[in-house]
Amino acid sequence: MTYWRVPLDLNEIKIPHGEPRIIIKRCKGCGFCVEYCPRDVLEMSTEFNRKGYHYPEVILEDACVNCNLCEMICPEFAIFCIETKSKHPESDEVLRRKDKS
Amino acid sequence: MSKEKQPLTDTLHIPEPEDELTHPMKDYLRSERLPHIWCSTCGIGTVITAFITGLEKSKLEKEKVAVVSGIGCSGRAAGYIRLDSFHTTHGRAIPFATGLALGNPELKVAIISGDGDLTAIGGNHFIHAARRNMNLTIICINNFNYAMTGGQAGPTTPLKANASTAPYGCYEYPFSLPFLAESSGAVFVARWTSLHVRRLAKSISEALLKPGFSFIEVISPCPTLYARRNRLGTGLDLMKFYHDNAVIKHGADTSQVDIKYQESIIVGKFVDKDKPTFFESRNNFLKDRLGNHFIPYKGPEKI
Repeated sequence: MTYWRVPLDLNEIKIPHGEPRIIIKRCKGCGFCVEYCPRDVLEMSTEFNRKGYHYPEVILEDACVNCNLCEMICPEFAIFCIETKSKHPESDEVLRRKDKS
Repeated sequence: MSKEKQPLTDTLHIPEPEDELTHPMKDYLRSERLPHIWCSTCGIGTVITAFITGLEKSKLEKEKVAVVSGIGCSGRAAGYIRLDSFHTTHGRAIPFATGLALGNPELKVAIISGDGDLTAIGGNHFIHAARRNMNLTIICINNFNYAMTGGQAGPTTPLKANASTAPYGCYEYPFSLPFLAESSGAVFVARWTSLHVRRLAKSISEALLKPGFSFIEVISPCPTLYARRNRLGTGLDLMKFYHDNAVIKHGADTSQVDIKYQESIIVGKFVDKDKPTFFESRNNFLKDRLGNHFIPYKGPEKI
């Protein structure tokens, strides 16, 4: 979401930040997490795991907002998020961020 | 001439032990049994995640919850959840759970099983447990066929859908499970798909806290048999289908929510009413009849 000006309450807003962890050997490459991640943090890797499935990998580390949808939708219990420090958004980040969709 | 062995640098040897130990659901999963047997893009694992999340949300003690499952793909659920659990014979998940609930009234018994197990061979037990309003929570994972035995047509296979025993399409009318549950006397009836993870988890926590017979149907993709035989793509394609075609209607009339082949699926919480449970009505009735002679059963003596 891009704003046309810097919001006045920018200093009060905190964006939660998470770090996705992937248990590669459990993954069966269904792609649910890649499809349904609301911030498009993940992408299918070109590598194989030991069972011969492609597994997801993190491509946009900063974009994860720790919503835990990947953990909820993963049928293999193979991905989860760890909450890291939430931070205030930078003013230029709010203005320049582009929607992927 | 000896060459030093080069260390393998491919992805087959990625060290990853610590992630497994920090998984947030590790207390509820028998990690030593994972990875599970379910196919890639099958939705049952998602339902297990939703069950564990709902259980955490309901704040029930782990010792006060038991999981029972029948036979079939989803029957394996009891083996992967680290609670008191039992994998019963075909169709007999509800009788076993009824005995468990009668023997220990403090216990909350959840049944995770499939549509074929609960409503075909176990159909009689299903309607009678609902009639008695036993204190059970039933999560019926509906994948529209008998997936573990090769995709035979079952009691929920929609009309016109292909199955291995219906090669020209199924011509038998299917059960509408929420309608069956409500008309048999269930006090809580909901239906979700395995895409609606958060709503499903919320419904499961509500159902676990609801005294009486609560029933949740979960529509789940079966990529290997139902989707393949009907050329519907993978489980991911079916999840996209649920995303586009699931209509949320809370409180919908259950006689109108039957599923037709590849048409819109009505989901939501259909029924939530209060009715005395088996134990309540038994104790009240016998107290009326017998007066002080009646001593209600309080559960097993603690050793």
